[in-house]
Formats: sequence, C-alpha cells, structure tokens
Amino acid sequence: MSSLLSVKNMSINFDTPRGSLEAVRGVDIEIPAGMSVGVVGESGSGKTVMCRAAMGLLQGSNVKRSGTVVFDGHELTAMSKEEVRNLFGSGMAMIFQDPMTALNPVRRIGSQLSEGLRVRLGMSKADALARSKELLELVRIPNAEAVLKSFPYQLSGGMRQRVMIAIAIACNPKLLFADEPTTALDVTVQAQILQLLRELREDLKMSMVLVTHDLGVVAGNTDYVAVMYAGEIVEYAPTTKLFADMRMPYTEALLESIPKIDHKSGTRLAVIAGRLPDPTDRGAGCSFAPRCKYVQEKCHKEHPELKQDPDGHVYRCWFPIGVSL
Amino acid sequence: MSKISFWFQRVAQLLIVLFLVTFGVSLLLRLIPVDLATILLPVASEEERILLRAELGFDKGPIGYYLQWLGDFVQGDFGKIYFSGGTEEVSDHLIEAMPRSLLLMVYTQILALAVAIPLGVLSAYRSGRRADKIISNSLFALQSVPGFAIALILVIFLGVKFAWLPTLGYAPISDGIWEHLKHMIMPVISLSVGLIATYTRLLRADMIAALREDYVTMAASKGLSDSRILWRHVLRPSSMTLMTSAALSMGGLIGGAIVIESIFATYGVGFEIFAAISGRQYIALQSSVAVIALFYVFFNLVVDVASGFVDPRTRDRRVNA
Ligand SMILES: Nc1ncnc2c1ncn2[C@@H]1O[C@H](COP(=O)(O)OP(=O)(O)OP(=O)(O)O)[C@@H](O)[C@H]1O
Ligand code: SF4
Ligand SMILES: [Mg+2]
Repeated sequence: MSSLLSVKNMSINFDTPRGSLEAVRGVDIEIPAGMSVGVVGESGSGKTVMCRAAMGLLQGSNVKRSGTVVFDGHELTAMSKEEVRNLFGSGMAMIFQDPMTALNPVRRIGSQLSEGLRVRLGMSKADALARSKELLELVRIPNAEAVLKSFPYQLSGGMRQRVMIAIAIACNPKLLFADEPTTALDVTVQAQILQLLRELREDLKMSMVLVTHDLGVVAGNTDYVAVMYAGEIVEYAPTTKLFADMRMPYTEALLESIPKIDHKSGTRLAVIAGRLPDPTDRGAGCSFAPRCKYVQEKCHKEHPELKQDPDGHVYRCWFPIGVSL
Repeated sequence: MSKISFWFQRVAQLLIVLFLVTFGVSLLLRLIPVDLATILLPVASEEERILLRAELGFDKGPIGYYLQWLGDFVQGDFGKIYFSGGTEEVSDHLIEAMPRSLLLMVYTQILALAVAIPLGVLSAYRSGRRADKIISNSLFALQSVPGFAIALILVIFLGVKFAWLPTLGYAPISDGIWEHLKHMIMPVISLSVGLIATYTRLLRADMIAALREDYVTMAASKGLSDSRILWRHVLRPSSMTLMTSAALSMGGLIGGAIVIESIFATYGVGFEIFAAISGRQYIALQSSVAVIALFYVFFNLVVDVASGFVDPRTRDRRVNA
C-alpha cells in the first residue's frame, strides 16, 4: 500500500525563555492513501505541532525542525516555501481546532471562502462566489447566500466549523488534517460534524488525519490510530486492532479515562492522574513512567525503543500489555 | 442597545466633551483676578469699558457669561480682537488660519501614515530580525529629535544651502498646487517625524500580536502568499490602535503646531492661539479653543464611523454593549 504522506524522524523544538521545548520527538508516521488516521493524545502532547509541521505551517524564528516529510511524491522538507504553498488547497488542507480564532474576524465568509478558489484555482470572482455557495450547501449550511455575506462572529460555533470545513475542502485536497474539529463544539453538534466529515471523505475520496483527545471519536472514524504522548508516537496500529489488543499502558489509561456517555459536563477530555512531563526537560527514561501502573526499575533509566509486532502494530514500551517477555 | 441609541450616546458624550472644554475655558477666564475690560481696552474711558462689559457679558456671573458667549458663538459671532486703533473679527482670523492648519494636518497625517504603515508591516513581518531592528532603532533615534530641530535642519539644507524650497510663508492652493506644496513640504516633514515613529510602533505591536493568531495560519494553509496575508488579512484587524491614535493627534496638529508654524511663518490656528495668549486677547482665545475642540470632536466621530468598516466586530459590540 502506498502512503500519501510519510513523515520520517521528525523533531520540532521551540526556543523558549525556559530553554528548548521539545514539542515533537522523532516521529515516524505514514498516512496510507485513501485512509483515515486518528492522532490521539492529551492536551499538550504535540498533536497540533506535529500536524502543522507536517504541512510546513510552523512559522517563526524560534522553531527548529529536523526530519523529512514526503507528500504525494514531493519531499516537502527539501522544497522552498513557494513550492510547498502550491500544494496547499488541492494537495493538503487543514481544519483548525477553534473555529472562532481560525476565521479572520474582519472579513466576510464569502471572501474567506472564495479567496482560495481565486488564488489557487484562478477562478473569476463571480465563479468563485458561485462555487462558494455550493460549498456551503455541501457542508449543509442552510441559507448559504446570507452566510456568504456574514462575518464569523455572526455565526454559531457549529456553523463556523462547517464554514472552516468548506474552506478546507474548497480545492478538493487529497489529504485533510482535521485538528480536533469538534473539541470546541457542543456534544450534539460534534456528532453532526463527524458525520459530515465521514460523508465528505467518501464523496471526495480524501485521506484524513483526525486529531482528537477522544478515543471514542477515533473508534468510528478512522482506519489507523497513532497515540501520542509527550511529543512521541507511542503506539500505532489499525484501529480495530488497537482496541482489541492494545500494547501501551498509556493507551489503556486513555481508554479507561473515557467518561461515560451520560457524563454531565458534555466534554470528553481524557483525565489521567498526574501530568505530562515538562516539555523543556525530558527525563532519561520512559516519559509515561511517573504515571504508569506497570512501571518498573528499567522504565526510569532507559528510554523505551520502538517495537513492532509481526502484524505491524508499533509501540514504545518496555513492558507492553499482553506480550509475555 | 440599538445602533441608533449607540450613536445618540456617542454624540451626547462628545457634546459633553465640548461643553466641558468650552465652559472650562470660559470659567478660567472669569477666574483671572483682573478686569477683562481693562485688559482688552487699556486706553479707553470708563464708559466705553462699561459698554464692553455689557456687550460681552462680563457684568454677569460665570454661567451668564458662558451662555452669552455660547449664544454668540453658535451664531457665528466668535468675538473681536481689540487693538488700540479698533477691532478685528476673530472669525476673519480663523477663516484665514483654519485652512492652513487643516491642510497642514491632513498632509502630515497622509505622509505619516504613508510611511508608517509599510514600515510597521515590514517590521512586524521581520520582527526580531535585522530589518526590524534597523527600523525600530532609527525611528527611536529620530523620535528623540524635537520637531523644531528637524525643521531647522531642513531649513538649513533644503532652504538655505540648496535653496530648493521657500523657507517662509504660506501659499494658498490658488497660487498653484506646486507653489502651495513647496511651502508645505518642510513643515509637514517636521510634524510627521514624531508621528511616524509612534504610528509604526503601534502598528508593529498590534500586527505582531495578530500574526500569532490562528487565522493567519489558516490563511497560509489556503496557499496564500505572505504579502497577501499581511496586507489583506492582518493589517486591517491590527489597525484599530493606530486609527485611534491618529484621531487623537488631529486636535494637537490643528491647534498645537505653534512652534513649526512660527518657524515657517505659516500662521495657522496654533499661531492664532499663541498670538491671542501673548496679546491677552481672551475672547479670541476662548473662541479659537472652541473651534479646535469642535474639529477634535468631529474627527473622533469620523474615526468611530470608520472603525465600524475597518473592524465589523466593533459594530456588533456597539449593539451588544
Ligand atoms: N509556537 C510555540 N512556541 C512554543 N511552544 C509551543 C508553540 N506551539 C506549541 N508549543 C508547545 O508545544 C507543546 C505541544 O503543543 P500542541 O499544541 O501541539 O499540543 P496538542 O496536543 O495539540 O494539545 P491540545 O490538545 O491542547 O491542542 C505544548 O507544550 C505547547 O506549549
Ligand atoms: S516503558 Fe514502563 S513506564 Fe513506560 S509505559 Fe511501558 S511500562 Fe509504563
Ligand atoms: Mg492542538
């Protein structure tokens, strides 16, 4: 199976006043063409940074990156900014975590939506607006005509997220990064948005990277799952396999932390006792050791290597669940 | 709160400002422990002074005096300037001086914004790098040079040494646009320099903050070029502080350009005020200050309207406030 996106040994460091912050550490990930890959992990585990770095969207003089990214035969890490830019829209696109902050507050939806069509596909203004209206209808926005003329602050959160999806799919991308597309939304709206993404993926034959806090979201929406912890991918497997036969203690803790459906708060943020390690000061051993219930001597001393089962299931743990040593 | 009541409130606020300024000046005049009629008519008979007191309302209390002045003012009677040989209308002086000051202010703002906006955009885009450091440091250095020193340097070089520009006086547009501009160039540059530094700094700070926003990354992920993102996506939401600051500086440019107006003998409103103070022409002073306050309030309203177009969220805030 060919992979559409292939990330090799990617590390991202930020220079901060407190020292170098390792947001992503030696990540390898393959996104097979036509598949949907979930990326799960707690807040701060580096999911957003990884996706933005893979797409080449991390800006700023304080960013240090290493590793290679190959998308659809192009080695992004060896290309100029302009060349990478030409892949945006029709190659890769991204849906952002918070639809309030990711839409420009002072520009009308119509201009934000049609802009990509005009710049990337060279459409005329009238054509781009007509297409924009179709796109809004495609993401099931009623009254598209009026929404085109509105400003983001005039729309509800769910509507804004639909607009953002419309912007992302405007130029028919091959790969869509969806960075926690539902975290900022109400539970009922979350389900609708996920449903919409599933259908769009079918119709447009897109591959997708679906970032989430929530293993529950991963279950029905992805073919593969990557579990991230403290900047590393600590487990990678086909989704069904991961749920049937997980190896990582961290993944197990995440699963156990899924709140019950009738949970009152309505949000489904993972809660595991303890906190992520300080990203500016990674210890020598396993990053999860202070919180792991299977922890042993060795875990504190040596960083676990990546292991692979014969069936391709990858994990990073000295004492994996269900494997007799 | 509806849109109409927002504007109603805003206008009411500005009217209160106008009232406080004019009444304050009026009250200060009355608090001067001298006989204003004697000051205005130093060599007149007592009868003439009694007539003047009645005419100007000096014989009334502070409120009565203010109301009388206000009544005259709104009817376009701004009072007189008193000489030993007779009187001149303050309004005649202001009609002469106002266009000079307004044009000086408009050109200064245009020049300052035309330079500061590109500099601010560039230094925000390159923040922390060389271009930004060069811009910030040179503007800081320039800002510490007072306007009159810049004026004198310009006069020495452009006016005297190379004799490219006239060093004194004002030419109305009717003398020909080029002649008019030649007289304006040096005063305008002298007044702009400080503003350019301030405007650039404000815009740079707001743009740097805006550049960290998700909508900028979002714009980049659509495949837009950096310059398109800067000019079309980031500049507008970052320009509110700049606009407010520009509005606030307008009053000062109209009435406060005394030094520059004196150096170049372009005698605008600032100079009128200076002359009124040094000649103890208190009625002229009071009316001129009122006119400046009027313009100040007017420009504030203009910025209120404009900010609704620059940032639609402000319109909504007005309604929800
Ligand atoms: N521009 C930046 N400069 C410095 N540190 C950053 C920057 N962006 C992210 N980080 C840090 O990198 C780490 C990973 O952040 P990231 O946003 O990728 O987490 P996340 O997994 O997406 O979390 P969430 O679920 O809350 O979105 C965090 O410690 C964060 O503080
Ligand atoms: S290496 Fe040790 S501490 Fe880390 S997850 Fe495995 S068992 Fe737990
Ligand atoms: Mg994130």
